[in-house]
Amino acid sequence: MKFRALALAAAISAVGLTSATVSTSAAAQAKEQFFPVLVYRTGAYAANGNPWANGYVDYLKLVNAKGGINGVKISFEECEFGYATDRGVECYERLKGKGATVFQPLSTGVTFALTDKAPVDKIPLVTAGYGRSESQDGSVFAWNFPLLGTYWVGADVAIQHLAKQAGGLDKLKGKKIALVYHDSPFGKEPIPLLQERAKLHGFELQLLPVAHPGVEQKATWLQIRQSKPDNVLLWGWGVMNSTALKEAQATGYAREKMIGIWWAGAEPDVKDVGAGAKGYAALALQHSAEPNSKVAKDVLEQVHAKGQGTGAKDEVGSVLYMRGLISAMVAVEGVRKAQERYGKGKVMTGEQTRWGLENLNLDQKTLDSMGFAGVMRPVQTSCLDHMGSSWVRIQTWDGGKWVPGNDWYQADEKLLRGMVLNASRKYAEEKKITPRTPEQCKS
Amino acid sequence: MFYRENGQFKTTYAADQQIFTIAQDKWFVLGVIAFAFLAVPMLADEYMFRAILIPFLILALAALGVNLLVGYCGQITLGAGAFMAVGAYAAYNFLIRIDGMPLIGALLLGGLTSAGMGILFGIPSLRVRGLYLAVATLAAQFFCDWAFLRIKWFTNDSSSGSVSVSNLEAFGWIIDSPVEKYLFCLSFIVIFALLAKNLTRATIGRQWMAIRDMDVAAEVIGIRPMYSKLSAFAVSSFFVGVAGALWGFVHLGSWEPAAFSVDRSFQLLFMVIIGGLGSIFGSFIGAAFIVILPIFLNQFLPALGSLVGVTISTAAVSHAELIIFGSLIVFFLIVEPHGLARLWAIAKEKLRLWPFPH
Repeated sequence: MKFRALALAAAISAVGLTSATVSTSAAAQAKEQFFPVLVYRTGAYAANGNPWANGYVDYLKLVNAKGGINGVKISFEECEFGYATDRGVECYERLKGKGATVFQPLSTGVTFALTDKAPVDKIPLVTAGYGRSESQDGSVFAWNFPLLGTYWVGADVAIQHLAKQAGGLDKLKGKKIALVYHDSPFGKEPIPLLQERAKLHGFELQLLPVAHPGVEQKATWLQIRQSKPDNVLLWGWGVMNSTALKEAQATGYAREKMIGIWWAGAEPDVKDVGAGAKGYAALALQHSAEPNSKVAKDVLEQVHAKGQGTGAKDEVGSVLYMRGLISAMVAVEGVRKAQERYGKGKVMTGEQTRWGLENLNLDQKTLDSMGFAGVMRPVQTSCLDHMGSSWVRIQTWDGGKWVPGNDWYQADEKLLRGMVLNASRKYAEEKKITPRTPEQCKS
Repeated sequence: MFYRENGQFKTTYAADQQIFTIAQDKWFVLGVIAFAFLAVPMLADEYMFRAILIPFLILALAALGVNLLVGYCGQITLGAGAFMAVGAYAAYNFLIRIDGMPLIGALLLGGLTSAGMGILFGIPSLRVRGLYLAVATLAAQFFCDWAFLRIKWFTNDSSSGSVSVSNLEAFGWIIDSPVEKYLFCLSFIVIFALLAKNLTRATIGRQWMAIRDMDVAAEVIGIRPMYSKLSAFAVSSFFVGVAGALWGFVHLGSWEPAAFSVDRSFQLLFMVIIGGLGSIFGSFIGAAFIVILPIFLNQFLPALGSLVGVTISTAAVSHAELIIFGSLIVFFLIVEPHGLARLWAIAKEKLRLWPFPH
């Protein structure tokens, strides 16, 4: 009985203690630009979530080391959600009250859940390289920013690349392309575009879903062995990617015929497979592994050298680390742009940052001066285009490292635009949103 | 001293058959309900509503449904997540496919559809028992996961498989602020809890308990096992289905089948076991334990760390959360195998004797 009473007393004092400490920490931040950081450092996708989160946080630290955004220091707080949608929503609710600038959940499921909430709370949702493809249309999705590329861009470029290998889009006729995808909104996103392309060019699309978290793929690869597709598109995340590559090796499917989305083209995906994944190609969301870029060196000098690095030193510059770093960079640049209009050296609200993100214009000179030479191409957003850029490269795993290709691809604007407009109009109708007119966009 | 029924005489049968025969109990529960309806909306902030209270209420409703089946009728189920999914997707389809469908109508129809599914997947319970039944109900889980992922009609041909609902409105009341959502869920759960309490006190509930305690004996005294078991499945699935619809509509707003995965089924079963089998109140404590404790730990540990000057990394917090949560479950199950509701009952007994325990 005594033990029980003790436990009870401990619990009660714990509650009191938290309420006391939580309230003090909320009061501490005033003149700082607050960046909430939704991360998953644990769970099934931790291997991939970690480098992304480290890159994101390291860039924020780098901006602070360089003096902040026009003098405004950045503060941030991590919230762990383990890639679970409901915990992600809880994190969002927890951090939005602290004056959140932008949210970047790194989960398509959470993005879907937050898309309805963001306009109400007036916080932009930046989803660099993931999220809803139709949210490129900023006239309907005013608060979503799928910067740098959506899954439709990825799927389109993958098909273009395959066509180029085959010697032209007309050569795709009669071919069979299998899509091995993570059975979630993330994995299903590319399907409409691939179906459209399949209709246009007359290739056969085989859909092979893999259940979360993707460690069980024997049946999938058995099907591939039977149907012998000409190419396999891999739309996986986390452990699913390395499993797929191992299965491909086991079933003898040529890795050269496989091509992965940019979330299936990082070091954790191939490292365990090593030489077995040699020849496997993946899309690169502009950047590949960039340990020699200036920005990576800056991080090492100004953050890691001072003992403030978030992760391991040798991780700096790896593919997902760079993805997180770039994600943070575009958000910070959004704030910087907003400051041009609403006052330099001031803390921007979510609404002001939204304007900044919508009028983002990072030309090559600016990017180069920030240390992104060779890493990125220009990004320019507008009200109608919240994506800002659709440049994609192809990188190949040589057994030890990712080697970026020289060709730059862009999604077929005509095809993409029509699909985006169709889907966003349908969404607007469902949600009873009136799309913004060009005049409204200017304000 | 204060908690004693001395002097409260029942002069009518109606008075004798009240839910709460002791006046103090009645006033306490009415007080809690009044507090929840009147005081909480003024005290809690948006985070409390959206991240804690609303999920807690909805999962408590689902746990209540599971408790009717597992705790009162003794049929172990691992398919609760599936019935939540059926409720959510059915309500979604009723809402978008039938013009002018009222929100509450859609939610209840979602519950009814789920009840139908419950009966269907309850049929094996007529033949198999215990762990074997638990495995059989897993079939419901996998079937529903499959159906909502693969059959496009259910998701209105949404390319991503994710569906969403907005503009909630009931009787001209537009439910969009967190307080309104909270009150909406609270009304549901109060009515359903009352319903559940009365069901368990009535013929049907007594039949369930007879089946639970010994089904052969129950059959001998004239209780039809088929009717009792299937009705338990139906009622339980109805509750769980409505909770699923609320989870999708009110809490998430947009969801995918992963929101109702097998993890959810286990979570609901744990709530019932930890809260107390065969106890309405236990469903609430169980839900509170499972929903609130992890979030609490997640926020408390960094705060505690900063208090003593240690920065705990996000990953470490998350691991510690799982470790502490797991050990607390083990602790409570060892100390009180009958669930937290039993602790509450013991406390009440003690209070009755207080301050003269001998």
